[in-house]
Amino acid sequence: MTSLDPALAAAAADPAPQLEPAAPRHSRTRRHRPPAKVLVGGAITLFFVLMALFGPLLAPHSASWVANTTNGTPQAPTGSLWLGTDNMQHDLFSLLLIGSRSTLLIAFLAGAIATVLSVAVGVTAGYVGGVADEILSALSNIFLALPGLLILMVIISPLPVPDKGNSFVIGLVVAITSWAYGARALRAQTLALRGQDYVVSARVIGERRIRIILFEIVPNLLPIVAASFIFTVIYGLGVYVALCYLGVVSPSSGSWGTMLQGAQSNSAIGNGWWWWYLPPALAVALVGLGLALLNFGIDEIINPRIRSARTGRGGVKFQLGLTPVVRAAAREGDAR
Amino acid sequence: MSLLIRRIGFYVLAAYAAITLNFFIPRLLPGNALDAVLTTMRGEITPQELAGMAAQYGIDSKQSLLAQYFTYIGHTLSGNFGFSTSKQVPVSTVLGGELPWTVGLIGTATVLAFLLGTLIGVIAGWKRGGLIDAVVPVSAFFQAVPYFILGLLLLIIFGADLHWFPIGGGYDATSRTVTYVQGWNWPYMSSVLQHAVLPAATVVLASIAGWIVGMRNMMITTMDEDYVLVACAKGLPRWRAMAIAARNAILPTISNFTLSISLVVTGAILVEVVFNYPGVGLEMFNAVQSTDYPLIQGILLVVTLAVLIANLLADFAYIVLDPRSRREA
Repeated sequence: MTSLDPALAAAAADPAPQLEPAAPRHSRTRRHRPPAKVLVGGAITLFFVLMALFGPLLAPHSASWVANTTNGTPQAPTGSLWLGTDNMQHDLFSLLLIGSRSTLLIAFLAGAIATVLSVAVGVTAGYVGGVADEILSALSNIFLALPGLLILMVIISPLPVPDKGNSFVIGLVVAITSWAYGARALRAQTLALRGQDYVVSARVIGERRIRIILFEIVPNLLPIVAASFIFTVIYGLGVYVALCYLGVVSPSSGSWGTMLQGAQSNSAIGNGWWWWYLPPALAVALVGLGLALLNFGIDEIINPRIRSARTGRGGVKFQLGLTPVVRAAAREGDAR
Repeated sequence: MSLLIRRIGFYVLAAYAAITLNFFIPRLLPGNALDAVLTTMRGEITPQELAGMAAQYGIDSKQSLLAQYFTYIGHTLSGNFGFSTSKQVPVSTVLGGELPWTVGLIGTATVLAFLLGTLIGVIAGWKRGGLIDAVVPVSAFFQAVPYFILGLLLLIIFGADLHWFPIGGGYDATSRTVTYVQGWNWPYMSSVLQHAVLPAATVVLASIAGWIVGMRNMMITTMDEDYVLVACAKGLPRWRAMAIAARNAILPTISNFTLSISLVVTGAILVEVVFNYPGVGLEMFNAVQSTDYPLIQGILLVVTLAVLIANLLADFAYIVLDPRSRREA
């Protein structure tokens, strides 16, 4: 179609600023290509998820392996020990690979449990309304105001050691302090959906309440559920690494936070042993970045208007009062 | 007005819930507070002391749980948080020494982050796709990285590597040339400021992203409003039109911020541990290590109340700034 029109073909070949953003061909390709942020964020996240799945298998040494038993100072990275050793002569590269599993497992576990909780609380509060809404909203507001990390420190530190090493216990406890944010967002959106015609008509034809919630409301909340899941995973990651760093939790298999704690307690920073603390710190930072980019991308899919001209539409200039929006995306937004 | 009463009612309820939770935490955990103290106790202890301590924790077996609960609430309301077992001084004394550091650090950093972040967000949203808008993905990095990891990275780069700033503590006790005297004198104050730069920068960098992103996205939504178009059509200078949009965009940002206050505070408290900064956060860390329950309870309570008060202030600001919120009530 476009090849018959030389001017349009030229325009398509050359990403000139005059290119009409809503041109049919353009919008079709754009529609199937997620924003660059999603791609980059997804790639980073995938990398670390693969690392958590297969890293412990690929680690050259076990967590208890030591390079030698005589030397008490950390060794700088060499060709055979890529990230050097700590003061006990453990191979830090292996520890980084092995530690990725428990770190990511707990972050994602906490995210998943908290998401289930926040959907249950938020959607119920929003849809049922009345006294239930008042109670659940007050509950989530109180949880929002409580300093979650401090409470976790207090609750977890006296737990018996087997529980402290149990990923599910830790993930559950982290989730309990982190569901409220998502619940609030979901409640607000449920309130908005509740009055929509299709929900009202479902009610009128006598669908059961549970069916309306599960099949009419929840599917339309999915982008927000996804965003709150990712937000909670980021939160869980930070909290778990912090708990390990503070020495409140010390999983036997080790985690990135445990590595940081070891570095801190041996004053690795003051001694300049950068290979000890820098890799785990950067790994945590990168996972967080990857997830945050994903979340940004989801935000832009939910609300196409906030898309940046730099990443979204090549060179379309924003003008006051007129927001150029790719038509396909706008239609998706309206449908929602 | 009724909205205000409702909000205050909620905060009273939340404060009550926090106090109750605080009461039950040490009692639900395995072992009781007194056992924890006794295991860490060195030296001998007289039966009178033991009885006194038991009374202090309200685990006097003669008292019912309900009676203990009311005693605890009564003590808390009168500002009596008990006696720190690891420091052997009243908890309120410990808190009095630590709070100024924490409030100074977090308060200053939060205000700075708000002012800078809002300004950057307004400009980024106004000139969408411009140079400043490119800052947004960068700020995502700071938002996503846990506070204390960001603190560690700053500490590594600017403290340990470049030696621009000290790598820990709140002030210097002595140095080669001067002996510092705590108080309002320049050498001591400058030492305090120097030590505060990195922790404050961490909190600012970590919390600024939320303001930038929230403000930018609200600006973009607000700029489509008719009143902004009218302002431009009237021929107002660009910056005046921008100010009109910004004034309206800032409201939802404030109410969003109230949701994240507790995240900022807990994050900042961890930063204190990283920088060995002599505030409430470091104290909390030490208290958990030495299972000093009265101190832990005191800190938890003060931090929770501080978060609630910050929330209340943000609510007030919202009601003052937005006439609609008053009418809807």
